[in-house]
Amino acid sequence: MTRCIQLLLLLASSPAALAEGGMSYNLRPGVTAISQQVYGLHMTIFYICCAIGVVVFGAMFWAIIHHRKSKGAKPASFHESTKVEIVWTVIPFLILIGMAIPATKTLLAMEDPSNADLTVQVTGSQWKWHYKYFDYELEYYSLLASDQDEITGKRAKRENYLLEVDRPLVLPVGKKVRFLMTSEDVIHSWWVPDFAVKKDANPGFINEAWTIIDEPGIYRGQCAELCGKDHGFMPVVVIAKEQDEFDQWMAEQQQAYQQAKQEEQALLAMTMDEAELMSVGKQVYDKHCAACHQANGEGLPGVFPALKDSPIALGDVDAHIDIIVNGKAGTAMQAFGKQLTLKEIAAVTTYERNAWGNDTGDLVQAKDVAALKGQE
Amino acid sequence: MSSISDVQIDHDDHHHAPPKGLMRWVLTTNHKDIGSMYLWFSFAMFLTGGAMAMVIRAELFQPGLQFVEPNFFNQMTTVHGLIMVFGAVMPAFTGLANWLIPMMIGAPDMALPRMNNWSFWILPFAFAILLASLFMEGGGPNFGWTFYAPLSTTYAPDSVALFVFSVHIMGISSIMGAINVIVTIMNMRAPGMTYMKLPLFVWTWLITAFLLIAVMPVLAGVVTMVLTDKFFGTSFFDAAGGGDPVLFQHIFWFFGHPEVYIMILPSFGIISAIVPAFSRKKLFGYASMVYATASIAGLSFIVWAHHMFTTGMPVQAELFFMYCTMLISVPTGVKVFNWVATMWRGAISFETPMLFALAFIVLFTIGGFSGLMLAITPVDFQYHDTYFVVAHFHYVLVSGAIFSIMAACYFWLPKWTGKMYDEGLAKLHFWCSLISVNVLFFPMHFLGLGGMPRRIPDYALQFADVNAIVSLGGFAFGLSQLIFLAVVIKCIRGGEPTTAKPWEGAEGLEWDLLPAKAPYHSFSTPPEVK
Amino acid sequence: MSQAHDNYYVPAQSIWPIVGAVGLFLIASGAGFTVQQLDSEQGWGVWVLSLGVVVIIAMLFGWFGNVIQESMSGLYSEQMDRSFRQGMSWFIFSEVMFFAAFFGALFYARMIAVPWLGGASNNAMTAEVLWPEFEAIWPLIKTPDGTTTQAMGWMGLPLINTLILVTSSITLHFAHVGMEKDQRKPLKLWLFITLVLGFAFLVLQVEEYIHAYQEMGLTLDSGIYGNTFFLLTGFHGMHVTLGVIILTVMFLRILKGHFTGKQHFGFMAASWYWHFVDVVWLLLFVFVYIL
Ligand code: HEA
Ligand code: HEA
Ligand code: HEC
Ligand code: CUA
Ligand SMILES: [Cu+2]
Repeated sequence: MTRCIQLLLLLASSPAALAEGGMSYNLRPGVTAISQQVYGLHMTIFYICCAIGVVVFGAMFWAIIHHRKSKGAKPASFHESTKVEIVWTVIPFLILIGMAIPATKTLLAMEDPSNADLTVQVTGSQWKWHYKYFDYELEYYSLLASDQDEITGKRAKRENYLLEVDRPLVLPVGKKVRFLMTSEDVIHSWWVPDFAVKKDANPGFINEAWTIIDEPGIYRGQCAELCGKDHGFMPVVVIAKEQDEFDQWMAEQQQAYQQAKQEEQALLAMTMDEAELMSVGKQVYDKHCAACHQANGEGLPGVFPALKDSPIALGDVDAHIDIIVNGKAGTAMQAFGKQLTLKEIAAVTTYERNAWGNDTGDLVQAKDVAALKGQE
Repeated sequence: MSSISDVQIDHDDHHHAPPKGLMRWVLTTNHKDIGSMYLWFSFAMFLTGGAMAMVIRAELFQPGLQFVEPNFFNQMTTVHGLIMVFGAVMPAFTGLANWLIPMMIGAPDMALPRMNNWSFWILPFAFAILLASLFMEGGGPNFGWTFYAPLSTTYAPDSVALFVFSVHIMGISSIMGAINVIVTIMNMRAPGMTYMKLPLFVWTWLITAFLLIAVMPVLAGVVTMVLTDKFFGTSFFDAAGGGDPVLFQHIFWFFGHPEVYIMILPSFGIISAIVPAFSRKKLFGYASMVYATASIAGLSFIVWAHHMFTTGMPVQAELFFMYCTMLISVPTGVKVFNWVATMWRGAISFETPMLFALAFIVLFTIGGFSGLMLAITPVDFQYHDTYFVVAHFHYVLVSGAIFSIMAACYFWLPKWTGKMYDEGLAKLHFWCSLISVNVLFFPMHFLGLGGMPRRIPDYALQFADVNAIVSLGGFAFGLSQLIFLAVVIKCIRGGEPTTAKPWEGAEGLEWDLLPAKAPYHSFSTPPEVK
Repeated sequence: MSQAHDNYYVPAQSIWPIVGAVGLFLIASGAGFTVQQLDSEQGWGVWVLSLGVVVIIAMLFGWFGNVIQESMSGLYSEQMDRSFRQGMSWFIFSEVMFFAAFFGALFYARMIAVPWLGGASNNAMTAEVLWPEFEAIWPLIKTPDGTTTQAMGWMGLPLINTLILVTSSITLHFAHVGMEKDQRKPLKLWLFITLVLGFAFLVLQVEEYIHAYQEMGLTLDSGIYGNTFFLLTGFHGMHVTLGVIILTVMFLRILKGHFTGKQHFGFMAASWYWHFVDVVWLLLFVFVYIL
């Protein structure tokens, strides 16, 4: 209730007071040459529309005020004038041509991804982004970082609520970066307002887009095509760095990437105990699986199957690992073999087999997963 | 074959009073009865779709998830859109067409009266199926009213089958309704009622009916492909089998764009009847109004991909669709200018129908301007799938189509009932609606420009204040519509009796030749039109 | 306007529209459930669907029965007849647009989707990254994910079927001429031949499908080629079936002595419909089979 009153006050006050909330009320000019051109176009058309509006509504309100019956106006009898009608057909047409010319120029520039310095493949899937750098050996997933408690209001919402990811995309400034957009399942759309880049990620096709970022910084966007239940929870975060910082970052990443691969091998020999498996498993589950199968394992009937008491989670271990590693083609169940490490898959399988009253007692180890993966 | 003899028996008294009881409505072939049923049905759907909008606005009142699950939210958005488009606006126009066209052209009834009844009665069943699917396991349609594949195929709940078939029968209903309108206009005009004498409402509906017959079958085709992709292993929209998800969008929008003009052309006709009536001056530029309507309809077939600028079409295609889309502003502008010119040096008075008509002109034009902005491809990349689009289409649909329907109801209510509505209450309805509709939809422009995507149940913190205002506007607008219901019921139950022509400046056969309350069978013998 | 304006016959209340609405309701919901229950044990959806079909058939009999009776008892005027004709023309136009959607899908697949998957236009990377093995040729006998099939040639059955349908259009025209001249004998004969040709077409079409499924591996789910092939020819086949049924009814009515040289809207509508179905086939033959 107090909030309502607060808002009514806000409503009555000027937009300037609202702006304190941190939202911009207009398009942002952004940080690329293109985005600034787009902003310019936006403002131009907006002003033209305002001008036309003033003329049209002006004439209308003039008539409303001066030609009203209560003031004794007597109706005129004209109802036609070819001359006037030609005028107001031709003038708007000319105005449109005036708008179309700069729009065409900007569009042609935007649609030319040739001569790129760096190429990144951007793949959407329900509900995360995957980035793969061409020319480097690096690829990773990028997931929403706000947690369920924030969303359901059990915990205060942090800054950048819903606009934070675990691993942002990192790009160099001043370089022409080409994006290859595609998708694993439904259509998503990769959008960063500050670059004026929004391109659909269509499954089975690759769309190209590009940008040259002028300033280092953190830029945030969101998925802009309805892609199912968690469409609203699929942010994009890009960090733009100076070239040398970028190179340094890339070197670190590559090292870490190699290291992880080696560790993966080492893990095969190790066995983890139940407590570790279950705690890692729960983490993985909540982050990667709960969106669909729900934290309580009960799924959403008719959309996402329950894992609690599910024949697969209680039945053959290999079949269970298999569906996690390879997913199930033609359903929302995606292949996690690439997204998760052997250890994580082992842990989450174990977790699913022992949580929510699924008391199989089975412990799955990294080598079991590797064995199954190796068979292919 | 006893039923035939039944028919023969009551055939004898069909020139007199309407039959009584429920069966009057179920079995009727009378265009006025059917028109009334369409209008009431439409209003019921408006409340249903509106209630879903209220769920949406309640959830969006604050950031975070409060009332509904994301999946259910998506169902609300989807079904809200579907119900408003197919259940509220289109049937309302068909209802108006049924009531008015025979009266306006001096015909005894619609050309195919039995089919008319069939078209109507399909609708309640179609929407029953659609609404029932919300209660199936897995929920109802959750893929947006545009049901893009593969979200509506591979990744959809099984209830999509019910959605598909309900759209099929809705389509059958619309096509039959449209055939009826077209045939009525072409074949049932009174002697002397030449095409260029038709009231503009009749003209706009003639063209709308053509659009309907041309595109509803395409919608039927595309839902059929959705069905086979989901259940019969085809891959129209699946690259793995040589198809393309974007193909879906092309076919859908080939239907979808003319569809949005289907929802506005009859409004143009209504406004073209009301503005002259209350300006006490003939409509300015009748002929150019007709040509403008036809041009809009023609252009509407070659602009569909402006909904798809971000799908990665080749740049030549983007340019083509941008230019064509921009062109639509020209004939639409002619209409707006002609309305203003009609008012110019008239003797204007401001009864409720006129108030709604004036609000329509201003607010529709604002919606048109944002449409033009969306048409500029490079900038649409920024606007697309944000609340800017939501603002655009609610301006043209709510303060456009819905306002014009309200205006029409107030304008013709005296002729329908023979009684006058309560002007004071109606003005209250107008002012409440006018203010709240702007509080509801104007700030959505800011949300969109600020970067809020559409179809999301939760949003980043910076959008909180504006969303809260929008929601308050929404609740206020919703409640305001209850006043409308009150006005109509009050008018039917106990309105003051009125005269044959309550509006001084109104023109047309229905005002000039028929008594205060249009008789059950308006023109059993056609009048001679000079 | 030199059109006559007599008293336009407005039928009184009728039960058939609501019966039709209920029928469509049963068909739509029944079909919906049937499809959902395809791979489950439950199968009650089919029963609802069938009941709907029965209701619609009953409606058609009742409704047309009324119309025929009204027509025979001279309630209709020339204006009324025009309404029916125009109504039928617009209905056929809507059917044209329905087929247009599927032809559109076919053209898009051939001219755009498949070439793009093979790297045409702005999709070089689509081919390079996602489908390096894929070859864009039409008919698409190997889909991007590797399903293979065979293309249906135009010689043989399809050609024979084309000849059959074209001939049937001509024979129907002769029947129509007979009708207009009130020559009942040739009317019956030509109409009968048309019917036989229609049946023959359907039989051969089934034959072709069996051949496609059993020997060629060309099925509804073998990629976009099979999809467009079966949906286009399938919907066409359904229309032919409907056309044959309508013509059969017309034949029976003619045997009963209905229609005159002046008044034969029912027959004319049926023949328009048949010619329309025939034209669709010619387009199909060119775009689905030959090209
Ligand atoms: C009644 C319905 C209606 C109407 C009339 C319109 C009218 C127009 N619409 Fe709109 N539109 C919708 C309903 C409608 N629209 C809907 C429902 C959607 C979203 C669908 C979805 O995705 O769910 C949509 C989306 C939509 C998009 C896609 C946005 C996106 O998703 O990215 C675009 C892009 O071009 C667009 C453009 C236009 C244009 C140019 C007009 C023009 O017709 C407007 C012309 C009018 C004027 C311009 C004003 C009057 C003219 C003058 C005063 C003359 C002088 C003016 C100038 C020369 C500028 N519309
Ligand atoms: C003619 C069409 C039409 C109409 C009239 C409306 C009317 C309204 N729309 Fe509609 N809307 C669409 C067509 C329409 N909409 C379409 C096509 C979409 C896109 C869907 C998609 O993305 O797929 C959409 C999407 C859409 C969204 C975006 C959802 C999203 O992206 O997630 C929102 C959000 O605010 C919204 C709100 C409203 C509101 C508040 C009204 C109000 O005007 C409604 C007012 C009416 C009532 C409220 C009913 C009457 C009153 C009562 C029943 C009494 C009870 C009232 C209270 C409890 C207050 N609509
Ligand atoms: C985007 C949604 C989504 C996500 C995320 C997801 N799943 Fe699934 N999962 C599904 C769907 C849908 C199915 C049903 C597939 C089918 O139709 O058989 C499924 C099926 C399964 C099954 C088989 C259950 C059964 O009884 O058929 C298991 C086991 C499973 N998922 C485990 C996981 C694990 C482990 C994760 C996370 C690492 C995960 N899923 C993440 C959607 C998802
Ligand atoms: Cu991904 Cu929306
Ligand atoms: Cu459009």
